[in-house]
Amino acid sequence: MLPFLLRRVGVMILTALTLSFVVFSLTNLAPNLEKLARTEGSVRMTDDAVLSWIENNGHGGLMVTRYGQWLGVVPGWVRTDDRGVTRGRCITRDVTAEAAPRYCGILQGDWGTSTVFREPVSKTIADKLGATGWLMMWVMLVMVPVSLIIGVLSGMREGSRTDRVLSTFAIATTATPEYVSGVILVVIFASATTGISPLLAEWGWISGRTLFLGTATSATDKITFWNFALPVMTIALYGIGYIARMTRASMTEVMTQQYIRTARLKGVAFHQVILKHALRNALIAPFTVIMLQFPWLLNGVVIVETLFNYKGFGWTLVQAAGNNDIQLLLACSVVAVFVVLVTQLISDVGYVFLNPRIRLS
Amino acid sequence: MEPLSWPMIFAKMAVQFWPVWTALVVTVALSLHFRRRLGLYGKLFDSTVGMIGFVIVMFWVFTAIFADVIITFNPLGQLSGLKNALPGTPVPGSDQWYLLGGDHLARDVFSRVVMGARRVLTIAPAATVIAFMVGITLGLPAGYFGGKLDTGLSFIANLVLAFPVILLFYLLVTPEIRSTGVPIALAAVLFLFPVIFVSVLLNSRYFTTPSKRNLYVGVSLAIGLWAYSGLAFNADPTGIWAMDPNLLNVFVSVVFVNAPTVFRIVRGIVMDLKSRDYVAAGQTRGEGAWYIMLWEILPNARGPLIVDFCLRIGYTTILLGTLGFFGLGVSPESPDWGSTIDDGRRLLSIYPHPAVVPALALMSLVLGLNLLADGLREESMRD
Repeated sequence: MLPFLLRRVGVMILTALTLSFVVFSLTNLAPNLEKLARTEGSVRMTDDAVLSWIENNGHGGLMVTRYGQWLGVVPGWVRTDDRGVTRGRCITRDVTAEAAPRYCGILQGDWGTSTVFREPVSKTIADKLGATGWLMMWVMLVMVPVSLIIGVLSGMREGSRTDRVLSTFAIATTATPEYVSGVILVVIFASATTGISPLLAEWGWISGRTLFLGTATSATDKITFWNFALPVMTIALYGIGYIARMTRASMTEVMTQQYIRTARLKGVAFHQVILKHALRNALIAPFTVIMLQFPWLLNGVVIVETLFNYKGFGWTLVQAAGNNDIQLLLACSVVAVFVVLVTQLISDVGYVFLNPRIRLS
Repeated sequence: MEPLSWPMIFAKMAVQFWPVWTALVVTVALSLHFRRRLGLYGKLFDSTVGMIGFVIVMFWVFTAIFADVIITFNPLGQLSGLKNALPGTPVPGSDQWYLLGGDHLARDVFSRVVMGARRVLTIAPAATVIAFMVGITLGLPAGYFGGKLDTGLSFIANLVLAFPVILLFYLLVTPEIRSTGVPIALAAVLFLFPVIFVSVLLNSRYFTTPSKRNLYVGVSLAIGLWAYSGLAFNADPTGIWAMDPNLLNVFVSVVFVNAPTVFRIVRGIVMDLKSRDYVAAGQTRGEGAWYIMLWEILPNARGPLIVDFCLRIGYTTILLGTLGFFGLGVSPESPDWGSTIDDGRRLLSIYPHPAVVPALALMSLVLGLNLLADGLREESMRD
């Protein structure tokens, strides 16, 4: 087990380094730096001024050394300008040039400063990840049980009417990306002119104008059912179909196994067979699928947070990318890549633990 | 003129779609009649699910083909007084209606959705085809030879797959990046694979008869490189092969995202199939490695690949919609469904129709593709 884990972690670190370098190079391309210079310096800078701004703010030089500085394995840049003021990567308002550490990259915990939010990137990311954490938690709480139940029910008796109905539902949800289901859900439940809200308001069943809220901005302060249900449902719907189909496939396969037949022939009741014999084996594959769903959930989070204006991680990513906030965008990518790689590792290791038939040697 | 009621709107729309209905009836009738002679395609009509999927997909394909006839107004034309008009609003000064209303720039939603079908259905399948050729050309040797080649290629594929798609889009599909030449470099690499694929395919087959081989490979190379120069570098002197830089950017990113998954699927299938007897027989006969891969293994892998192809067109459609939704890489006038949804969502709770109509269109197309893939899977398993 240990060598396997070590090798996996080694590959993971290599992947993370390569990916972060790719993101670093793509965000630090010359046009992006030029744009940064014009927004941070002044819009009417001459081309020469732009070049010297880039040079004086440590964005010049080789991409590899800049990447090293950002990572914290190469000493941060220090430059004394003609007025005798020493500035550098590690020198901030609170830290003088003499006291500044030599290295200050993400390995030292210094993620830089966001140009959009005007605060340290680590703070922005931590806040927004917290907000997204709540969203993800509710999505998982809705998505996993619902999809497993649908998958097991439809895989239990392949070809039955229940199976057909549930499978069609599963296919329909996988065909509905978040930006479509979000729009449709808002129109049905959170529009004052269409859907069910005008009817309910007319009958006096709801006090407000709409049943659910069309935005989740208020959920940042307080999460309620009425402002959070639609975003959660929008993300969960897409995943439900996919996980349910995988569970169904796994369940139908298990149901054809010899031990199920044996149990049935021994006279064990059908629900006992399902609960005691089939489920445990059928749920191994969905576990992997649920873990590998995370990268896609991240996509859903970005779309839904933009659509419902919920200020979480996905919304921050869009803001960072849209406003050319290089440090923030880099941090977002590192977090995203980290989440993807860790879930991949968990899914691999978990698969081995859950399935005793796999031996690592 | 009076505004139309909903039944009248649907009736008018049904009339507008007449070329589509005709084409659908002809296609289905012909296919049903000859289905016993049409192989897997004919068998599709034995499964209800597959047939429903096929009809939905063909509906949109024909809509894309006959879009010019179906539209009632210029999809880019803005008519005054019809801003956010409700569905069925009559257009002053003509005997026509805005069947599905007007959007926030007073353009006809119906015509835009129809034109959007054309845009979506030209990009999505083409990008999927290129992604498949990249995936197959790399996946076959990776699975067949294994070893260092496989390790290296798999590492790169996993690298791309570990990237959250949206982040990749935000990095690759920006106006700034075009001036750095990254999209062109990516296009130069990715568009080379179809040329390699076709040449190697023909070369390995006609290797023994040089005269035929020279002709086929020569012709495919000539056409391939001609298209390649035009599409990737915009250097085609005749100007037949050319791609708008915006479009190229979107296209390349979508191919780049899809190709690693195809690679993984092909690699997995090849690793499974290479221990089969017919492969051993080919090796014993002294066939070349590429002949075995392309003419022995690939045809036997067609079932899962065709199914995945259908699913992947749907996925690509979703990706294109995502790009449009974030306003990446498309011009503001573009009628494609993703950006229309994005435009419409700002006034969603007051005027839902400009966003809902393309949303339903996109959903039905992807649903059709998924049902079609399901039907194909069922039927190809029965073989």
